Amino acid sequence: MNTFLSRLNTIFAFTLSVMAGLTFCCFLTTAFNMNKTDVVIDTGNVVVKNVPDYSAGREKNDLGFVQLFLYLTAEYETDNHKLNQVVIWDKIIRRGENAILDYKSMNTKYYFWDYGNGLRGNKNVTLSLSWNVIPNAGTLPKVMGRGVHKFEFPKEYSSSRF
Amino acid sequence: MGLLDLDFLDDVRRMNKRQMYYQVLNFGMIVSSALMIWKGLMVVTGSESPIVVVLSGSMEPAFYRGDLLFLTNYQEEPIRVGEIVVFKVEGRDIPIVHRVLKVHEGQILDDGTVRFLTKGDNNSVDDRGLYAPGQLWLEKKDVVGRARGFVPYVGIVTILMNDYPKFKYAILACLGAFVLIHRE
Repeated sequence: MNTFLSRLNTIFAFTLSVMAGLTFCCFLTTAFNMNKTDVVIDTGNVVVKNVPDYSAGREKNDLGFVQLFLYLTAEYETDNHKLNQVVIWDKIIRRGENAILDYKSMNTKYYFWDYGNGLRGNKNVTLSLSWNVIPNAGTLPKVMGRGVHKFEFPKEYSSSRF
Repeated sequence: MGLLDLDFLDDVRRMNKRQMYYQVLNFGMIVSSALMIWKGLMVVTGSESPIVVVLSGSMEPAFYRGDLLFLTNYQEEPIRVGEIVVFKVEGRDIPIVHRVLKVHEGQILDDGTVRFLTKGDNNSVDDRGLYAPGQLWLEKKDVVGRARGFVPYVGIVTILMNDYPKFKYAILACLGAFVLIHRE
């Protein structure tokens, strides 16, 4: 019964179960984090090509995640679609990087394109910041920051080229 | 190795007919219970492949090659931006794991289908180049599942097996032989 193979097998199985146990503990340590914080978002110069300006703070940058994926969502309604969500900016924060963000006069990272022509004169565009936490192992919570900002687009298309 | 082979052969030689049948049945049990677990997971999660292995680096640094993802695909849960979805594109057999960046829902002209656009975190452009020619948006039918849970590195064995098919057959043959020959 104590052949070389059976010992190898036992060691391998034990290693696997220890790793599984450890992974599960990793998951437990982060499973109950609320991952919430306040967000302040504001828009500056709103031409049809708008320039959002926001800042977000997170109290702590603990070791419970591999990365945070922050994204700024614009949500609005048009005549054609009841719900539109467009991500116009995102940022990846990796473990150990500074997680207190304070940006001013930032441009959007992606073009804010509508499916049709619903942005001109749109009265109610809501900007909100959310983040997706990628932990060491476990669930992938999607958290919306407290605090939104609303703005409207002008009635005329801007002809400037900036 | 000589000793080892003899051991195995010895085991087989000592088996009688009844024991042989038992071993074969045992092997069948293992295969069918694996199949049952997989199919059961499909029913519970509503996704046609509830566990996938990340095969590309396009979602780094969130997911690397060889990470394991658990998927669900409940039809009543709406798709929103920021979610990581696994989708299939016509003409490609391998499903893609990427993040949703645009959602347009509830179009009044047609029956309210959802259209969305994805992008890999590590890619600089959105996925329109990956979709089928002429396809601009993904729809619900393209989705295999949404990522719910994540375990790192576990899927690396699958990647090894895919990269070296001989390794896969060797492992399968070894396991099969072991189950058939090994005496309880």
